[in-house]
Amino acid sequence: MSDVTGTRPLGSGESAFDRRRRRIGTLFAWMCGLATLVGVFALGILLVDVLMDGLGRLDVAFLTSFASRFPERAGVKAALAGSVWILGLTALISFPISVAAAIYLEEYAARNWVTKTIQTNIANLAGVPSIVYGILGLALFVRGLGLQRSIISGALTLSLLIMPLIIMASQEAIRAVPRTIREAAYGLGATRWQVTATQVLPMALPGILTGTILALSRAVGETAPLIMVGAVGFVAFTPKGLTDQFTVLPLQIYNWVSRPQDEFRDLAAAGIIVLLVLLLTMNAVAIILRNRAQVRR
Amino acid sequence: MMLTAKGSRNLKESVIGALLFACAAASTLVTLGVVFVLLRETITFFADVSIIDFLTDTRWEPMFQEQHFGVMPLLVGSVMVAGGAAVIALPVGLMTAIFLCEYSPPRLRRMLKPALEILAGIPTVVYGYFALTFITPLLRVFLPETEIFNAASASIVVGIMIIPTVSSLSEDALRAVPDALREGAYGLGATKLEVSTRVVVPAALSGVIASFILAVSRAIGETMAVTIAAGNMANLTLNPFESIQTMTAYIVQASLGDTPQGTTAYQTLFAVAMTLFLITLVMNVMSQWVLSRFREEYQ
Repeated sequence: MSDVTGTRPLGSGESAFDRRRRRIGTLFAWMCGLATLVGVFALGILLVDVLMDGLGRLDVAFLTSFASRFPERAGVKAALAGSVWILGLTALISFPISVAAAIYLEEYAARNWVTKTIQTNIANLAGVPSIVYGILGLALFVRGLGLQRSIISGALTLSLLIMPLIIMASQEAIRAVPRTIREAAYGLGATRWQVTATQVLPMALPGILTGTILALSRAVGETAPLIMVGAVGFVAFTPKGLTDQFTVLPLQIYNWVSRPQDEFRDLAAAGIIVLLVLLLTMNAVAIILRNRAQVRR
Repeated sequence: MMLTAKGSRNLKESVIGALLFACAAASTLVTLGVVFVLLRETITFFADVSIIDFLTDTRWEPMFQEQHFGVMPLLVGSVMVAGGAAVIALPVGLMTAIFLCEYSPPRLRRMLKPALEILAGIPTVVYGYFALTFITPLLRVFLPETEIFNAASASIVVGIMIIPTVSSLSEDALRAVPDALREGAYGLGATKLEVSTRVVVPAALSGVIASFILAVSRAIGETMAVTIAAGNMANLTLNPFESIQTMTAYIVQASLGDTPQGTTAYQTLFAVAMTLFLITLVMNVMSQWVLSRFREEYQ
């Protein structure tokens, strides 16, 4: 779209009114540009702030030491291990169920009130604050099922939290598969499941995986629901099994932030760097998958 | 032989269909679970504390000797933080969307979009750290009487956090407005500003408003940044430079402390969570309603 204010008949000149309109227009354009930079600058300042505080504390010992009362000896070993456990377990629980739900809604469901209710419900679940999932996890898994303050309680809670996100992303990926492919397969006598499993899913998979990884990175960054289900800020061992107590990076960071001493604040910043590197790696994988999918189309 | 092969094939098909349906239906169980869990404890809570006190008492002191269960300070705290965040994020987010959709050259847009996506993906505990170690000290340079924990710092950081929500959903809505409308306005001699603000934004208004409501609902439900930055003083005030407590921050504080099951203190968790859940649910439903009710369909 080009600037159209200049398209007046030759020789007519620009009136004072038009000049004012043009100036206000330019001003508005600059304001919008500056507004866009607010977000970008905030991100830049945030990253510089964290890097300046945390880089000095970041070394191999920080990754291989447990939390400690003495800031100079403290590290994120237990938290990093806990985050990796949570990541793996949450993926194992949430991925199959969410993809199955998405397949049902896109390929199987009749267009009736049941489907519509399920769909509306999923959209609403995606907007429920994460801390409410924490309360559900506390009442259902920690107390109700007697799983106590264990990794599995945390992973189940986070799975509930991210399932709506994976379902919606998977639905979009499945919807993007062209109809003609399905019709060709049906025409050859394939059953619904054969069409889904051999044609639709392989084509939708990169999109589904991208959505899943993004949802999982949300789970890895969550703190509040895990506080509710009793992850603790001070753990001096790496988890060995599903029922062990645990901590995760965001919780360890929160624990350090909430102490008044500067030494612990710097530890928190170093922990944030580790967390952000983990998240950026996950996002990079998601972007690579997305690009590969776009090339194939 | 043919018949049994077909029969087993049909059986397999219906079993798979049923399994898939079960997975989709499980999501409704989650909602029912949330409602059931919250209701059960909330009802017991309201057997001890009258709902009138809960809504009208101006003090929230569940842990004191003389207990007070007025949710007002927490509610005002949440609304104040979300309101401040909205003042920042709604105009900035909408203008970002207008810039990305109407003004930005495609190459610049390809650089800006990922930055906003990263901003959306940063964990809230990191924003809390940023508020406490950067924004609050900055505020105290200009306004030395600002308390270490204060609502203003939380508002600013939550505002930054929800900019991507507004900008990305609004941009989708602006982008869905067909070019024919823009070209028609340009043809009548409108400037780019006039096209953006008088044609494109009004045409996409339902999507823009839905993104506003969703962003504010996220701000109300936001927990960690607010807990870290705004403090834990249930304090009924409208002064943003004082320490306050939001509903979410109270839930975190209460669950970090020792709250044995069955006590009224334990039940307050659920009563506050129920209030939070209802508020965000109403806002989310409203956002969907606006989207579907006022959507302009273009072919």
